[in-house]
Amino acid sequence: MSTVATRSPLKPRKSRLLTAVMAVYLLYTLVPLAWLLISATKTQQDLLSTSGMAFGGTFALFDNIAETFTHDDGIFLRWLGNTLLYVVVGAGGATILATAAGYGLAKYKFRGRRAVFAVLLGAIAIPGTALAVPTFLMFSNLGLTNTPWAIIIPSLVSPFGLYLVWTYATEAVPDELLEAARIDGAGEVRIFLTVTLRLLMPGVVTVALFAVVSTWNNYFLPLIMLSKPEWYPLTVGLNQWSAQASGVGAQPIYHLVITGSVITIVPLVIAFLLLQRFWQSGLTAGSVKQ
Amino acid sequence: MTSISAPVEAPPARPARTPRNVGRLRVDRKGWLFVGPFLAVFALVFLAPIVYAVWLSLFREQVFFGGTEFVGLDNYAAVLGDAKFWESFFRVLLFLVVQVPVMLGLALVAALAIDSARLHAAGFFRIVVFLPYAVPAVVAALMWGFIYGDTFGLAADLNELLGRKAVEPLSGDWILLSIGNIVTWEFVGYNMLILYSALKVIPNDLYEAAAIDGAGTFRTILSVKLPAIRGAVMIATIFSIIGSFQLFNEPNILRSLAPNAINTFYTPNMYAYNLSFGGQQYNYSATVAIVMGVITAIIAYVVQLRGSRKGA
Repeated sequence: MSTVATRSPLKPRKSRLLTAVMAVYLLYTLVPLAWLLISATKTQQDLLSTSGMAFGGTFALFDNIAETFTHDDGIFLRWLGNTLLYVVVGAGGATILATAAGYGLAKYKFRGRRAVFAVLLGAIAIPGTALAVPTFLMFSNLGLTNTPWAIIIPSLVSPFGLYLVWTYATEAVPDELLEAARIDGAGEVRIFLTVTLRLLMPGVVTVALFAVVSTWNNYFLPLIMLSKPEWYPLTVGLNQWSAQASGVGAQPIYHLVITGSVITIVPLVIAFLLLQRFWQSGLTAGSVKQ
Repeated sequence: MTSISAPVEAPPARPARTPRNVGRLRVDRKGWLFVGPFLAVFALVFLAPIVYAVWLSLFREQVFFGGTEFVGLDNYAAVLGDAKFWESFFRVLLFLVVQVPVMLGLALVAALAIDSARLHAAGFFRIVVFLPYAVPAVVAALMWGFIYGDTFGLAADLNELLGRKAVEPLSGDWILLSIGNIVTWEFVGYNMLILYSALKVIPNDLYEAAAIDGAGTFRTILSVKLPAIRGAVMIATIFSIIGSFQLFNEPNILRSLAPNAINTFYTPNMYAYNLSFGGQQYNYSATVAIVMGVITAIIAYVVQLRGSRKGA
């Protein structure tokens, strides 16, 4: 923090013009979200009849929330539970695997390490969605489609997280500390759990947060892996509700799609706001290596 | 915990094997303990599907008898001569050439502004600009899709205000631009954060030296900041290129709102998806995916080469 204040000998003055220009961009960022929030307070009727940025005649937010959770036998709650399951197991597992592997690559000069790098980098360049069809067919042969495993297993791998922990561990974990622990007779796993993990924490929180976001927001993978709504996460479920609006015998439930969207966003926004301090320092350290 | 396999692959070229060196090797080998689990899952969900996709691409479904027959590289020849594939490919290429520079330009300006120490409430700007990244692509696409719509969206309000159909974001002429806007809205903040993180670690003495040389704000940006974050710019560029070629979520979701403007082969990924799940043409679909993967990897590699040469 102090670097920002002390780094320029001139200590530039705040610029109102620059702030105003950025405020315009801020509007672009916030207006759609404001529209979404305002729309979530309207009844379906008001939604269709009143102007987008104005509140409707009745404040229906709480009715909408209640209806979102009870519509279609409370399937939305089930989707929320599924999403939480995928996030806890998938993103949690991804964080653990990426942390251990990133640390291993940073601090152990074992043979074959370069080969591991090469394979990882090559794999990152391959579009994830290009793998979707073969992964689906493989999982289908293994009998894993239409089960939570089809979502969880692919979520366990985060090459970006590995990269982040690797760069972070290189900086944050001094070799001398590891040597000292070894001389004290500690095993490698114990060193990792008692010494390393604490030093890596900001990096780990960052990786966890990004893994949570990508699992929470995952759409393509569940879309292809699941054909029954009972295992849908929120994203696929919402889109299914939205798609109900068109086609034969359509019964639009726009107000539920919009309210459901708000409910889907809120937990992540809160997580990012609360964990700001961690993920921002984690990313900064990660970029030291570039 | 003495490792029994220690002597087997001792490197012959090493200098005298002092006890210390041997200990070092033994410790280092335990790195596999940490890397192993990741690699095992990685092999299952990254490497195996690639191998399987290549295998699939060499066969073709038999229409009447069921089963598949080996056709060598026929599928590849078919993809390369497939007008639908090229139409979708050039569409995402156009998207890439326009959207990526706009998005990264905005991200760079935002990162420089937030880093400049001249901005009021810089911390607030940083978090709000980043905020859309926390919004799922599905929600972003639905939200913008509704806003674009002429039943209850802001586009409808605007048209009503102007008294004519001035904007039709969901029509065929506008739709690519509309998708570009959604993707830009989603990812400027993420890219801003990558660039901002790189700006923050520029050593102070560089700024001091620039100030002593009498460099102004823009001179400092050009001569100190931009060269220092070249690596981050390159990473952001490569991620964006890969993302553009993979374009799927936004057009796929908008399709239910604009079925006439977006067809089943709107992007290569949508084409591959619809071949598989609409037409059961798994082998051909795998081939499309591989061809796109190879093209993406080549372009990402070339960008990386050019990027690193410029600085050398």
